[in-house]
Amino acid sequence: MALKTIVEAIRDGLAEEMRRDWRVILLGEDIGVHGGVFRATDGLYAEFGPERVLDTPLAELGIVGTAIGAALNGLRPVAEIQFADYIYPAMDQIINEAAKIRYRTNGGFGCPIVIRAPYGPGVHGALYHSQSVEAFFCHVPGLKVVTPATPYDAKGLLKAAVRDDDPVLYLEHKRIYRRVRGEVPDTDYVVPIGVAEVRRAGQHVSVITYGAMVHQALEAAEQLATEGISVEVVDLRSLLPWDQETVAASVTKTNKVVICHEDNKTGGIGAEIAAFIAEELFEDLDGPIVRVAALDTPVPFSPALEEAVIPSTRHIVDAVHRLAAY
Amino acid sequence: MSVPIRMPQLGESVVEGTIGRWLKQPGDWVEKDEPIAEIITDKVNAELPSPVAGRVEALLVPEGATVPAGQEIARVAEAAEPAPAGPPAAASAPAEAAAAPGGAPVEPAAGEAPSRAGGGRRIRSSPLVRRLAEEHQIDLTQIRGTGLGGRITKDDVLKYLAERERAAPAVPLEKPPEIARVPAAAVPPPPTAAAAPPPVLPSAPLAPGEERLPLSPMRRTIAEHLTRTHQTVPAAWTMVEVDVTALVRWREQVREEFRRREGVELTYLAPFVQVVVEALKEFPLLNARWEDEHLVLRRNIHLGIAVALEDGLIVPVLHHAEERNLVGIARALADLIARARAGTLTLSDVQGATFTVNNTGAFGSIVSVPIIPQGQSGIVTMEAIVKRPVVVDDAIAIRSLMNVCLSFDHRVVDGAVAGRFLQSIKRRLEGFQPPF
Amino acid sequence: MAQEHPIGITVAAESLPRHGLTAPQLVELYYKMALSRAIDERLWVLNRQGKIPFIVTGEGHEAAQVGSAYALRPGEDWVLPYYRDLGVVLTLGMTPREVLLDAFARAEGPSSGGRQMPAHYSCPRLNIASVSSPVATQLPHAVGVALAAKYKGERTVAVCYFGDGATSKGDFHEALNFASIHKLPVIFFCENNGWAISVPLSKQMPVAHVADRAAAYNLPGVLVDGTDVLAVYAATREAVDRARAGAGPTLIEARVYRLGPHTSDDDDRRYRSEAERAEARQHDPLPRYERTLRAWGLLNDELVAEIRARVAREVADAEAFAAASPPPRPEEATLHVYASVPASWRLRRRLEEE
Repeated sequence: MALKTIVEAIRDGLAEEMRRDWRVILLGEDIGVHGGVFRATDGLYAEFGPERVLDTPLAELGIVGTAIGAALNGLRPVAEIQFADYIYPAMDQIINEAAKIRYRTNGGFGCPIVIRAPYGPGVHGALYHSQSVEAFFCHVPGLKVVTPATPYDAKGLLKAAVRDDDPVLYLEHKRIYRRVRGEVPDTDYVVPIGVAEVRRAGQHVSVITYGAMVHQALEAAEQLATEGISVEVVDLRSLLPWDQETVAASVTKTNKVVICHEDNKTGGIGAEIAAFIAEELFEDLDGPIVRVAALDTPVPFSPALEEAVIPSTRHIVDAVHRLAAY
Repeated sequence: MSVPIRMPQLGESVVEGTIGRWLKQPGDWVEKDEPIAEIITDKVNAELPSPVAGRVEALLVPEGATVPAGQEIARVAEAAEPAPAGPPAAASAPAEAAAAPGGAPVEPAAGEAPSRAGGGRRIRSSPLVRRLAEEHQIDLTQIRGTGLGGRITKDDVLKYLAERERAAPAVPLEKPPEIARVPAAAVPPPPTAAAAPPPVLPSAPLAPGEERLPLSPMRRTIAEHLTRTHQTVPAAWTMVEVDVTALVRWREQVREEFRRREGVELTYLAPFVQVVVEALKEFPLLNARWEDEHLVLRRNIHLGIAVALEDGLIVPVLHHAEERNLVGIARALADLIARARAGTLTLSDVQGATFTVNNTGAFGSIVSVPIIPQGQSGIVTMEAIVKRPVVVDDAIAIRSLMNVCLSFDHRVVDGAVAGRFLQSIKRRLEGFQPPF
Repeated sequence: MAQEHPIGITVAAESLPRHGLTAPQLVELYYKMALSRAIDERLWVLNRQGKIPFIVTGEGHEAAQVGSAYALRPGEDWVLPYYRDLGVVLTLGMTPREVLLDAFARAEGPSSGGRQMPAHYSCPRLNIASVSSPVATQLPHAVGVALAAKYKGERTVAVCYFGDGATSKGDFHEALNFASIHKLPVIFFCENNGWAISVPLSKQMPVAHVADRAAAYNLPGVLVDGTDVLAVYAATREAVDRARAGAGPTLIEARVYRLGPHTSDDDDRRYRSEAERAEARQHDPLPRYERTLRAWGLLNDELVAEIRARVAREVADAEAFAAASPPPRPEEATLHVYASVPASWRLRRRLEEE
């Protein structure tokens, strides 16, 4: 089994799906000849040619709208938005069209597209290369949203997304594109959408998180273990639909929960998960539901400012400390 | 001002001490020279008087922990006299500190008293704790909270439940146990250094066909209880084979009439229970309780009867079995088992067992190795009755045979006594005299 | 209050037989237009009676819609209409019953099973892709459909319909841009009636004609009299043939007159003078085509009466059928949000609890 980075796993996933299914085509800015600004599509243009790997004009609305049309006529397009920060012009097409085509036609038409977008802070990207956009989309019935944190999941979820008959927003955390290595099998495997993974079993506190923060949560758990606090880390992997059962099982076991994300706190999906837990698992709570999240500001450039805004391992440790002692 | 309390040096060559029990909690008022903790050392056990009067700020070392002499173990905010309790903590939803990234629950005010202090102070507890209290019919005012601000935590409730099972009639917690007794190993509170489970490496994804089931509170309680027994009691095991042909014949004869007359079923369990009671009278050590420096003999025989439920196990208690005749036993068994299955047992129904009987034969078992419940010295099983060919007077005969197995606490009795106990049961069953 | 409505330039209709249309086909065009008008009028009555809460009128657009749709291969070519295109969907093969089922929001309505407002057409068997309410979103879809067709080697074209207001949206520009770069088989068909609800053309665009915009994207822009059904047919046919041959997209602007308000929720007397509305009625395409066909000896009083009677019967039948058809059941409200979700996803929770 090979050790791959997340971006390599994505690239492999795209290549394998394109070989397996002639209907898979890619559209996006700079994805063809250039191989993508993060190299996620490197080599695909050479292998599959300009008909299947399209360098589009700078037009996010058009990229997604064209992908939708191609899906209506039988293809399985994977559109790339170069940075999630630029996805907003395409919101109309994603939310009003892609997410609703199946429902509004009573199942007559579907929209099996994948929209890939790099997201997340920690790369000196400031306001417009650091955003976490998942909260906007997790609110949309008909859409699916996934955020893999490991190379294994990156490839497995990408395959699942391509094969899914619903529109899937596939969010790639740019900070860990190359920083996380993991074993990725050569076999044709799929990670199912809507299923979380318990990355570390624990007894005292559940930490629910996703994306790059999974790794910081594991770091925090290691540190806390030396103090006798046993932390369970749940990697959601999918944000819409999200795995209510796994989260519920974890909370009923530990009775204390911390939800972590790098998105800013107000209106982040931590609020949705917290509300679910409070509503459905009230009698299993031995302490308040705590959220660790970014401050409610845009993401600033200066490292001193960004560190003050974006949560990290020590914030998770602090939150667990307080909750464990409650 | 905040005064540090340090581990005393209790004896010339003693270099460390163990916190046996904290007698005060954060927020409690302590007088000068009033005991604040029980300290245990190799040589001497003593109470630690507080050097100052004031309000306890923090306990820095958990119960059961051993620290070097001179190490700070608590802090007390020195004060002239008890001030009125500080403003109550923020209401059950803690406010998030707006500025701190990843905000934290607001710490309750130091003046919040623990639930045990009485005097009309609010008992702080979570939804989980309240649910557990309701399920197990616990009066929360009886529990000392060790959580933040004297809050009752899940672990406090579980510890209380465990201790309640150990005690005979429920003893109010106000009565301090003897200083010499080291608190039994209970579920450790989270910040205990020694008890941390080994760090688990990030798990691989679940293999196909695997799924995780959450544990019910009953399952968890059973697990904790039996694990503790397993860890603390050196158990041994023995069995005898009993020819119950006479008993079987008798029962077949009188079964119908019994049911008609008494209104309950005459099971094999009833005469078995009666025989066990007689054997326990003969060998009272098996009805005793191990207490590190003593054995506590018990005249009353309260038999725990294990009843299997759909998703677990419960052990209602047939109290004062030594006073009952066969009909009385049969009636009591029918009642307990019915109520166990209906889930309508009361608290006193499940408390105070001195010895336990398990009818494993009901599942077809012919041998089993039962686990001794906490606070008892033995458990006996009645295995399935099976017809077998045996040698009787140098000829082959078909007889009804039943194994009786016994797990016993080897600290309390040795194999010979255990064997004789079983022989007593065997003798009485084989020589069963119909009472009517 | 001064009103503006410029008279469009006319491309003269070529007379038969240069279009390759037979006499029956020419009459069929009339029939389709008449059917569209009849359904339209009936929907107005039903709306004013309170039986259908919302309708969109296409009165005045019939020639542009029927003429253009007639140049396509129904079920092969793809059509992405907008909500005014009753004439288009009828010409392609949607039945009056289907239209009325959708108008009454019945469970058996093919467009949406009662989930969308009326006039939001969808018909998979005819390759009519679903209409939504946001304007111009279907233009990039048409581009994608054409892209897929070209990729698959199919000789089908994608035709998207829209009004003049849509040409101000980003979707319009991004779609024409992309289609032209890749020479995709798309027809961009604009039914320019001079009004985007109440906003007149002069406030909508700085150019005189929508067709002028094509030059910016290096694709041909064709201006046609949208009240001349044969002119429209010819222009569309030519564009479709070009696209099928691989020569790329075309922008067709059909100048039409909106005889009624925007929708049943709009009262256009608030912004249109009676004089302007009367002028618009002068350009009603139905009497105009009827006159043409009569002049060619293809229609007379009897035939016209027969067509009118037939159309009336069909509309009455469709209305009775749809009115008697059941509405969707509440349990269906949560179906088709996704193709598939994990069983544990509690979409139906509230319904199950009731």
